[in-house]
Amino acid sequence: MSEFRMPSLGADMEFGTLVDWRVKSGDRIKRGDVVALVETEKGVIEVEIFENGVIDSLIVQPGQKVPVGATLAIVRSDGKTAEVQPAPAAAPPSEAKAAVEELRPATVAPPTELPGRARVSPLARKRAQELGVELSAVTGTGEAGSITASDVEKAAAAKQGAPVAPPASAKGLDLQAMRRVIAATMARSKREIPHYYLATTIDMSKGLNWLAAENSRRPITKRLLYSALLIRAVALAACEVPGMNGFWIDGAFKPGEGVHVGVAISLRQGGLINPAIHDVDKKTLDELMESMLDLVNRARTGHLRSSELSDGTITVTNLGEQGVESVFGVIYPPQVALVGFGKITERPFASGGLVGARPMIEATLSGDHRVSDGHRGGRFLRAMDGLLQEPERL
Amino acid sequence: MRESEIRQIVREALSNVAPEVDLDAIDPAKNLRDQIDIDSVDFLNFVIGLHKELGIEIPDADVPKLGTLNGCVAYLQSRMKGS
Repeated sequence: MSEFRMPSLGADMEFGTLVDWRVKSGDRIKRGDVVALVETEKGVIEVEIFENGVIDSLIVQPGQKVPVGATLAIVRSDGKTAEVQPAPAAAPPSEAKAAVEELRPATVAPPTELPGRARVSPLARKRAQELGVELSAVTGTGEAGSITASDVEKAAAAKQGAPVAPPASAKGLDLQAMRRVIAATMARSKREIPHYYLATTIDMSKGLNWLAAENSRRPITKRLLYSALLIRAVALAACEVPGMNGFWIDGAFKPGEGVHVGVAISLRQGGLINPAIHDVDKKTLDELMESMLDLVNRARTGHLRSSELSDGTITVTNLGEQGVESVFGVIYPPQVALVGFGKITERPFASGGLVGARPMIEATLSGDHRVSDGHRGGRFLRAMDGLLQEPERL
Repeated sequence: MRESEIRQIVREALSNVAPEVDLDAIDPAKNLRDQIDIDSVDFLNFVIGLHKELGIEIPDADVPKLGTLNGCVAYLQSRMKGS
């Protein structure tokens, strides 16, 4: 027998509150398994165990605050015969259980449902009820095809954007439901994704000069906006630097198949949608521009397609037109990176010992630390900068 | 084409990119983008809509003249007379 104790999660930690157990008596555990969620002043932390064995008994109950070093559970270490109890039959989660479940990242807790039935996590079931989503219509992407809360949220978001609203009008959108989806998605992002943030200032003079020259000889229908340059640069940089384009699913990074750039579009009635432009890496600037005009127009009139709402592999948000200088965005789960752009402003720029004024834009990266780190993120931003210095290549 | 007809076309083009906006609440002498929250993509869609409806080519350098409803009407009228 050994004791599993409240760990010290930083030198300044004295107490921790057990938020939830991820295991129950009789569960087999192996080194590295997350067995509990503990709340500290730094937030909710997933606590791992560093031995192999079987949980004998849980000593501390959820909600209890205990000092560092207190015994949380008794573990029967391997080497001893341990009778593993059969898993109890799945029962519908109680309100309280569901409420606790909400504190858990949706990627955990493989559901224990009877074979032959769609496996649905309790949190997913609760979300489906809240959002009015029919579970039979949801495609599961979790372990063994199980339906996760994120699948339900995606289905709800797709429902919002799908052309079920009255034609040519976004007024039929249920903004309250959309707000709930945004709340659920963003809360999940902030709960699960260890974001890191990087910022850099990019000289846009070459890009803007090139655009002005191009636009002066283009008809209005072929006009280019600088945001197309930015989105293309993001897509190409994401091809160059791995770990930015894709998803975090079931505890691992899965690279996206294609670079589908989600574009955050704020709806004037309130709410936010994040439809994706498909295959931006393979599109010419003209094709991208055409897609952007079409996508924004359809977003405004409530004609988005469900694939656009579920396929994004990386997101771009541009708040420059709102006068914002820098955006430190929230990653859209299960994506692993979000690129933000502020407004283009003339700033002093020193080059070759001379100071001049140049149009500059602040680009930021919100990265998922489970997949990449600041070094990789820095390479990504540098690649973007390099691409924007050669606009004719975009 | 009469001014009132052009004004109606401008209103329709705007309504296509911003269906939820109450056009009657817009001051035709004030900058559109200050009054309704349209971004550069919406604005380009609006200008392309005017071009498609009236068949007038609108050079990039002229786009700033389309900042207000009155400006749009005046510009389009002058272009139609000139063509």
